[in-house]
Amino acid sequence: MVQEAQKSPLDSDLLGPIRTESLTLNMGPQHPSTHGVLRLVLEMEGENVTSCKPVIGYLHTGIEKNMEVKTYNKALTMTDRMDYLAPMSNNLGYVLAVERLLGLEIPRRCRWLRVLLAELTRIQSHLVWLGTHGLDLGAMTVFLYCFREREVILKIFEKVAGVRMMTSYFRVGGVARTPYPEFFDDCRRFLSDFPERVDEYEELLTDNPIYRRRTEGVCVFPAERALAWGVTGPSLRASGVDYDIRKKEPYTGYEEFQFEVPLGRNGDVLDRYLVRIAEMRQSHRICMQALEGMPEGPLMAADPKVVPPPKEQLAHDMEALIHHFKIFTEGYHVPAGEVYQAIESPRGELGYYVISDGSPKPYKVKVRAPSFANLFALPEFTRGALVGDMVAAIGSIDIVLGEIDR
Amino acid sequence: MLAEIARGLWLTLKHSWRSRVTVQYPDEREEMPKGYRGLHKLLRWEDGLERCVGCKLCSAACPVDCIFVESAENDPARPTSKGERYASVYEINELRCIFCGYCEEACPVGAIVLGNEYEFCQDHRDKFLYAKRDLLVRRTEDYPELKARYDEKRLLTYV
Repeated sequence: MVQEAQKSPLDSDLLGPIRTESLTLNMGPQHPSTHGVLRLVLEMEGENVTSCKPVIGYLHTGIEKNMEVKTYNKALTMTDRMDYLAPMSNNLGYVLAVERLLGLEIPRRCRWLRVLLAELTRIQSHLVWLGTHGLDLGAMTVFLYCFREREVILKIFEKVAGVRMMTSYFRVGGVARTPYPEFFDDCRRFLSDFPERVDEYEELLTDNPIYRRRTEGVCVFPAERALAWGVTGPSLRASGVDYDIRKKEPYTGYEEFQFEVPLGRNGDVLDRYLVRIAEMRQSHRICMQALEGMPEGPLMAADPKVVPPPKEQLAHDMEALIHHFKIFTEGYHVPAGEVYQAIESPRGELGYYVISDGSPKPYKVKVRAPSFANLFALPEFTRGALVGDMVAAIGSIDIVLGEIDR
Repeated sequence: MLAEIARGLWLTLKHSWRSRVTVQYPDEREEMPKGYRGLHKLLRWEDGLERCVGCKLCSAACPVDCIFVESAENDPARPTSKGERYASVYEINELRCIFCGYCEEACPVGAIVLGNEYEFCQDHRDKFLYAKRDLLVRRTEDYPELKARYDEKRLLTYV
């Protein structure tokens, strides 16, 4: 589009009128503030964005398709590679879906342990979000502080699961290993001073005039439009919609915990920030409850066809040895049927739609990734925004590209 | 307006008296936790015989098919392992491996374990194909962390 600028008396006839035209700007895929390999094609009128088109697929891994050729146990290892900032949440969604198909009863201790780890994952994921979002807007210190705390959680994950990020810790029928002896003490130590740390982040950002000016009234999600786009998670709750799957459709024992669902009012970047900060405090509350009331009892479901037997049984129990070999070679047969299991991941509604045809491999696994829906709501809400605000807007919806491309 | 900024600056200033959390890698290294999922090792029994009996369960359990095992009959006069058979070929493609630890969970004799090593750069892709001679430890006692990992039943077993 070419526009004729108004002719000012200073324009010389020699140069003619100033011609302006709209500019196409490729933001990404290597732009640091797109949080991964996301490319946004921006149409610009001067500093203002007239249209924004997300281009995805740079991180396509074919995980959903790949899961169809693996047994249920093997497919689990792919789930934490989707949303790599919240591995335990991804494991949880998949595991719950398969367990529902199998009709497995999970012991209460295991459910509570899962809640504890899922909430630690939420804190960890929100910390990465807060750090990088602050960094996008020029607040370097918050990033350093957030990663310092995140490191503590990752250390706990490393000890409990064996690695920092690709944990694959939740298994169908329970967890991969018993938590190490000092696990609960480590969690308690971290959680004891975590609220003070959150106060520190707030001290740096919440009232900071520079931060507020970059976030207040920027990229507003009106509640109805956000719902129409299928936005979920903190991004939706910042617009004042009370939708949290932990409350609406409790899973893995969330109904036993007391916590509030923080809501925003305006749905701007600032509200999304405030909601996530409040969520970290609520997650802390849930973790404390889980630590206080962690029930005793078995950790694994009592189904020898699904749960591998203890190692020491293999030496003298023929039946255990047969089950062990069966589970690791053929896998377990899951009754035919389909199930949709949604969980509240740090980013929103993470749904696993698993179809079984009765074989040991899933017929189809479809993942409803929250980042995907949240990202595609962005163009509508950033129309007319400044290009600098785009950075704040992308940061505020907290996307993980691994989950979008799958 | 300045007051809020000053408060933030005061907070960062206070942090300069706190103890540092940065680890000066590679000069300083953190100890890997027990049960860390690093580079594989094939273990031996205390008497020097190989633990691996060539059952191929690890390669069946592997989600990415990175383990190749070929088994052969033991020579009764000079057995390699305690079982009837042993692994004549044991290869792991460490580039394919996702370090999920399924092989260790599957192994019924505790032969293959994931060790504490996490630095294993090579200058050629071929060198990541670890053969049995690269994986097999000379004496399990030389790797106390692996021994501890195996003795520690709770790390390997399900409850």
